Amino acid sequence: MPLRRFGWAGAARGAGVAAAGVADTLSAVIGALAVVTHVVSLALAVWAFVEFARHREPGRPLFLGIGVVEVLVVLQVIVLIVKLAGGQGPAEGSAQVTLIGYLITTVLLPPAGAVLARMEPTRWGSLLIGSAAIIVPVLILRLGQIWNG
Amino acid sequence: MAEPQQTPLNKPLNKGPGRVLVAVYGVFALSAGARASVQIASKFHEAPLAYSLSALAAVVYIVATVALARSSAASRRVAFAAVGFELLGVLTVGTLSLADPAAFPDATVWSEYGQGYGYVPLVLPVIGLWWLWRTGRRT
Repeated sequence: MPLRRFGWAGAARGAGVAAAGVADTLSAVIGALAVVTHVVSLALAVWAFVEFARHREPGRPLFLGIGVVEVLVVLQVIVLIVKLAGGQGPAEGSAQVTLIGYLITTVLLPPAGAVLARMEPTRWGSLLIGSAAIIVPVLILRLGQIWNG
Repeated sequence: MAEPQQTPLNKPLNKGPGRVLVAVYGVFALSAGARASVQIASKFHEAPLAYSLSALAAVVYIVATVALARSSAASRRVAFAAVGFELLGVLTVGTLSLADPAAFPDATVWSEYGQGYGYVPLVLPVIGLWWLWRTGRRT
């Protein structure tokens, strides 16, 4: 997958090397936020997959976990919207439309997964939460790619 | 969600593993649809074949998602057609994109057997067909 070349971590490192400034500090913060989101989301996914393998329905902790992921995603999206409104990010119109589409999808995915998992109080509900949790990092990587052009 | 109508002989399509399948199909329907719309609206002339295929793939994903989620006797047949078409599509386009890369200057969901999407487009229809077969067996 071509995903590994970009990503927020890469952007943050690049920014750190370039020069210190408000914008760069901001990128670093977003980079850190993206890293935290990745770690939390992937850990939740592993946990949910284990629950699935153990034939267990999703319990309160898994729903809480997907809630935490949603909070992190919302923070990330707010920061990006502020930066986008400030004239940063992709200049091309179609890239901006794609970016906004990804922002909406990323925010909606964890709640959608939670709602579906609520409707499915079986081991498959755990797999639903795991699926949502593993798609979130992919969406954030794509967001980073689109943002960096 | 409304209670699905099912024939008494078939297991519901949209429960258990089926709900996970519907969710993943939904994500693909959304992403393929959005991608195709942006490509066609902004730069259709650059790669007409690839973008037309993107749009076709998106429509097939949307049809498959809705058909799986509805889980009626009729939608079971629609889902079978859509998922089967998808498998044919990913195999055909995957092979063509490797054999004649010039015809595909920009990627589609199905290029190189869905490599850009972690091969999920290749795996998904296989799981879909298995699920249709499993739930379709007379109980």
